[in-house]
Amino acid sequence: MAKLLSYEEKGTWIHRLSGITKLIFFLIWCALSALTYDTRILLVMIMISLIAFACSRTKWKQVGSVFRVIMVFMVLNLAAIFIMSPEQGCVIYGTRKVLFYIAGHYYMTREQLFYMFNVMIKYFTVIPAVFIFLVTTNPSELAASMNRVGVPYTISYALSIALRYIPDVQGDFHRIRNAQEARGIEMSAKARLGERIRRTASIIFPLLFSSMERIEVVSNAMELRSFGKNKKRTWYAMKPLGRNDRLVLIGTVLFFIAGIVITYADGSRFWAYWL
Amino acid sequence: MNKKFGIREVVAIGIGTALFVVLTEIQIPIGIPNTYLQPRMAVMAFLAAVFGPVVGGVIGLLGHALGDALFYGGVWWSWVFPEVIVGAGIGLLSKSYKVLEGEFDRRAAIRFNLVQIIANALAWILLAPVLDILIYAEPANKVFIQGAFAFLGNIIIIGVLGTILLFAYSRVAGKSGSLTKED
Repeated sequence: MAKLLSYEEKGTWIHRLSGITKLIFFLIWCALSALTYDTRILLVMIMISLIAFACSRTKWKQVGSVFRVIMVFMVLNLAAIFIMSPEQGCVIYGTRKVLFYIAGHYYMTREQLFYMFNVMIKYFTVIPAVFIFLVTTNPSELAASMNRVGVPYTISYALSIALRYIPDVQGDFHRIRNAQEARGIEMSAKARLGERIRRTASIIFPLLFSSMERIEVVSNAMELRSFGKNKKRTWYAMKPLGRNDRLVLIGTVLFFIAGIVITYADGSRFWAYWL
Repeated sequence: MNKKFGIREVVAIGIGTALFVVLTEIQIPIGIPNTYLQPRMAVMAFLAAVFGPVVGGVIGLLGHALGDALFYGGVWWSWVFPEVIVGAGIGLLSKSYKVLEGEFDRRAAIRFNLVQIIANALAWILLAPVLDILIYAEPANKVFIQGAFAFLGNIIIIGVLGTILLFAYSRVAGKSGSLTKED
């Protein structure tokens, strides 16, 4: 059974932050990490992420298996970049200094190495932020706080339902898969493509149809309770934004602005130590 | 249901997203590195065809972002936004597929597949690589090759599995079509 990242109450100051604060931090973090190719800013971001990660007292056990998957993807992506575009770094930085010759038209250049180093550390800026957001945010509280800052409550509620039903649907999925495997439908075999699609369909059919039934049942229940009748609703898990929320939000926005200004100060988003 | 965005749509987004996230677990390799058939795409296409463009688009956005974050710990935003186009695009003609009325026939299936191929082409051959280059400054030839494979994988899985799901569900759920006229 694949281990999913999930919320765990630990009572640190990061857990006590409002869900929307953490969501905004996470989105701004992703945006800045995507936009900047300034190694100095990326390294500062990694430091801040790691400090926050330590503050959240997240255990390796909670995130280790997911972390290994990311590392595999990262290595594959870096390998693909180098195999398909060994000169990308030189195109970006506009200089070329060969470190050593490999084979064919593959040279290892300082520019390519530095470009790929930046792509790599971009992963490490975002990974701790994702982990923090997912393991410290209470789904119901997130929905409540999203509604608070102006997201329509139908959308917040849809997100809340999604987070609430992921474990249920996952349970259904594993039960159905086990049942089909018990009937002799082997999923992991190296069957031909058509055969594999057919076998996957034998799981998806019951899963999808039971989910359609679930949609029916849940929406009937909500209709009986007059969901959507009023313009506003109250939330059990709602809590007001505190001093820490404001500090984190202001700090994040200032950091974002500073990061963008520094990145684009010389007219290009790429920074290199030799330029 | 006179309102455009009712309770059923809210619940469909919620549970549809959960389903999409869970099915991230199934990836069928097709022999090309880093490229998989994703049954979750077929499920999203199905839900978009049944519940319309808003449901399809939001499931694409939330499902892809959450699924990537929960399973892979990172969100590749340049591939999240194209997903919205696929979901919303397929949902645009949801009225004409008539799945819930039990009238999803061969003509509707052809429409469904034409739309999904166009939406996938826009999303993976055009938008995803362009965003990859603009946002992440990835090499152009790499992202266009990846995009082309994603396009192929998605039109295959939606074309085969998505169409079958729609036919099957339409037959089961059909209310008006379940009675045949006696001679």
